[in-house]
Amino acid sequence: MTTKDTTITFSRRAFMRTSSLAGGGLIIGFNLFQACKPKAAAPIDLASLNYNDFNAFIKIADNGAVTIFSPNPEIGQGVKTSMPMIIAEELDVAWSNVHVEQGILDTHNYTRQVAGGSQSIRFGWEPLRQTGATARQMLVNAAAARWGVDPSECTTNEGVITNAAGESLGYGEVVKEAAAMEVPDNVKLKAIKDFKIIGKDAANVDIDEIITGKPLFGSDYKTPGMVYASVMRPPAFGQKLESFDDTETRSVPGVIDVLKFGEKIAVLANDTWTAMKAKELLKATWKADTTLESTEDHDTILLGLLDGNKFETLRADGNVKKAFAEADKILERTYESPFLPHNCLEPMNFYADVTEEKVHLAGPIQTPERTAMMIAEMLDRDMNQVHLEMTRMGGGFGRRLYGDFAMEAAEISNLARKPIKVIFSREDDMADGIYRPAIKYRIKAAIKDGKVTGYHLKEAAINSNMYGLIPNFFPAGAIENYQVDVAKYNSNITTGAWRAPYTNFLAFAEQSFFDELAETLETDKVQLRLDLLQNVKGSKDDRIQYSPERMEKVIKMAVDKSGWGKQPEGVFQGFVNYYCHNSHVAEVANVVVEDGTPVVKKITCVVDCGIVVNPLGAMNQAEGGVIDGVGHAMFGDFAFKDGEPQAKNFDKYRLIRMSEAPEVDVHFMKNEFSPTGLGEPTLPPAGGAIANAMKAATGKRLYKQPFTKYPELMSVPQKEIIG
Amino acid sequence: MPTYQFKVNGESRTVDVSEDMPLLWVLRDHLDLAGTKYGCGIALCGSCTVHLDGIAVRSCALTMSMVEGKSITTIEGLSKDGSHPVQEAWKEIDVPQCGYCQAGQIMTASAFLEKNPNPNAEEIKEAMDGNICRCASYSRIFKAVELASTKMA
Repeated sequence: MTTKDTTITFSRRAFMRTSSLAGGGLIIGFNLFQACKPKAAAPIDLASLNYNDFNAFIKIADNGAVTIFSPNPEIGQGVKTSMPMIIAEELDVAWSNVHVEQGILDTHNYTRQVAGGSQSIRFGWEPLRQTGATARQMLVNAAAARWGVDPSECTTNEGVITNAAGESLGYGEVVKEAAAMEVPDNVKLKAIKDFKIIGKDAANVDIDEIITGKPLFGSDYKTPGMVYASVMRPPAFGQKLESFDDTETRSVPGVIDVLKFGEKIAVLANDTWTAMKAKELLKATWKADTTLESTEDHDTILLGLLDGNKFETLRADGNVKKAFAEADKILERTYESPFLPHNCLEPMNFYADVTEEKVHLAGPIQTPERTAMMIAEMLDRDMNQVHLEMTRMGGGFGRRLYGDFAMEAAEISNLARKPIKVIFSREDDMADGIYRPAIKYRIKAAIKDGKVTGYHLKEAAINSNMYGLIPNFFPAGAIENYQVDVAKYNSNITTGAWRAPYTNFLAFAEQSFFDELAETLETDKVQLRLDLLQNVKGSKDDRIQYSPERMEKVIKMAVDKSGWGKQPEGVFQGFVNYYCHNSHVAEVANVVVEDGTPVVKKITCVVDCGIVVNPLGAMNQAEGGVIDGVGHAMFGDFAFKDGEPQAKNFDKYRLIRMSEAPEVDVHFMKNEFSPTGLGEPTLPPAGGAIANAMKAATGKRLYKQPFTKYPELMSVPQKEIIG
Repeated sequence: MPTYQFKVNGESRTVDVSEDMPLLWVLRDHLDLAGTKYGCGIALCGSCTVHLDGIAVRSCALTMSMVEGKSITTIEGLSKDGSHPVQEAWKEIDVPQCGYCQAGQIMTASAFLEKNPNPNAEEIKEAMDGNICRCASYSRIFKAVELASTKMA
């Protein structure tokens, strides 16, 4: 029982095809996501494949220049750089000679072309390596055939093939022959110690375009004749449109049309400003359709669920009831979190051009395939008519998993029969969200003879509960009597995934609880965690997701790197270890008290995500994840009154700023495990690390997020920002 | 609609837009300079930062009457080829994650360093506090401003 094996079986023939390019050179197409299906189907007839069946390509020109088309959506997680690095490594070319482009954009033929769940690199690792290695072998085979030698006598280095006699050929010189070769089986992958690209810093492949302001994002997308659509949606969840008067709106110069669709009204105009401004002039009346819910109602309902007995049990080991009945001591605590909007800095937007012949879509989307399918279904079109282009995304954080804004664009374009772009204002983006649901946890531990004998975690959530693997995270397997129960309340407020769903708050709840448990047991806080891990070693329970050995290593390294227990006077520390997205993380927060207020100065973060493909990008992800976790734990608050969000822009919703961001000191565990998630795992531990450090500094234990709910600790208001 | 004349990246431009239209949308929708980004529309996130006669301003909060006759620099005009010391520092540090806020960050940093070429850490943080980075690449933004200051000094 260790972390689940990330090797995925696949058939090479089913996902690769090569051919000569008309202009010279070799192109290798591969379907990464067909390849990553566990137990991929048997080889299919190559002749029946066409290039629409592929979602990623390697192109090698006659002059040896290599272009790699990266298959996955780029939301700032860096896969447009790191996925091609993996191919280039096995292809054995110099990274500086590789040009990267966003992969084939017409996604309707593919599966799993998704950015989400921190899984791009984990699932891509094996197929991407195989792809690069296969291409390399074909080039070697072509050179060997020309020389009349055995391919095994040839070596490669940075795009040059050399034989035993010392003769050399560049990749570009043999691409024509290579294109005619059969795709070889059983290619050899490089030994990890021989990696030259993986594990070395590579700059973001879009860096030049970003720093010079080139149009890369969905909001920058523009076609001739395109008009802008600003949409008025019900101001409160639970409302329906009764009637509206658009006289004033239509009188604004530049307004093209006003269209009602469903419960919404779209204002079409020649530019963004006119569309947004004219929308504000609509006079709409709304009526309550279902309950208009408020945050106070949710608090009462969720606490009621925790007090009640209507739970679904996700995991039950031993007998918690008996453990509590026989306990010397019981510790029970409740932890509470608010809804959170995603607040991608690029507000939601999408382009659609619906004509008789086709549906052309373009924009920032984490789930292009599913979105294209939903739109085909909505418009009753064949999937072959739907073409979707992925643009770079100004953040995702889960919000762009949902295609609601793309469906709106398609619906409006279908009605107007014009190319249109739906643009959300910040207010639209924050008030018409698909939020992280408010969740409350109650954790109860039984203590007998100084040992933790029982652990009972209950979740009460809005709309949906933790996914099935989470009950198998730490401390599952470490405590004999262990149970996870969940309950939910169905609300009309739309909710969904938000960076590290569930764990983004569960880590705070559990890790605050362990801290208090150590205090109750009068034992060292880190030692308690290490002791619990000992119970999992050698376990035969294959449901357990984390590795106690890898967890122990990150804990020990975090102790070492943070100077845990050896901090100078006046520095107070908080410890957290956590497993999610197949990675193990430990974080230590340093808090000092300045003018009576605790201030987070530094977070030490140790990550085991296996082999780090691009350390430069990985460091950015890890630091950003920690600060994102700090910011939302401290400031992220989002309330509803009568169904209406109480914050709609950054005047009322506080995001962390540079002066509030602590120093982050990240260390990656060096090992040869296949890569695991990194976009999310450093976020969940941050809130708990701060809370535990705050307790050490002030004696006050925090049970609610955001920490601004404790004004005595968080007396520093948001600074006045002068625009 | 009224006509406004102003300079953008050294070129004289004339636009015919409604008097309440912020400079941001004139740049993005009417002059096809999409490097300047929309984030909040109320001058609180800094994504839309441009230079007005060399001073960093939020283009979402500037109407055209305030811009008339003035000289505007956007990210597209900060240098011809990305060679402004702040852009070079951004590249060397590899600052961006999603990249959406970075034009605004660069415009704030470049105007600030023009005024204060040798800032201390507190001055950098104060100067950059009006620019939100939702990916929280703050450590790198800070390092890049520090590096750019050594390049400009």
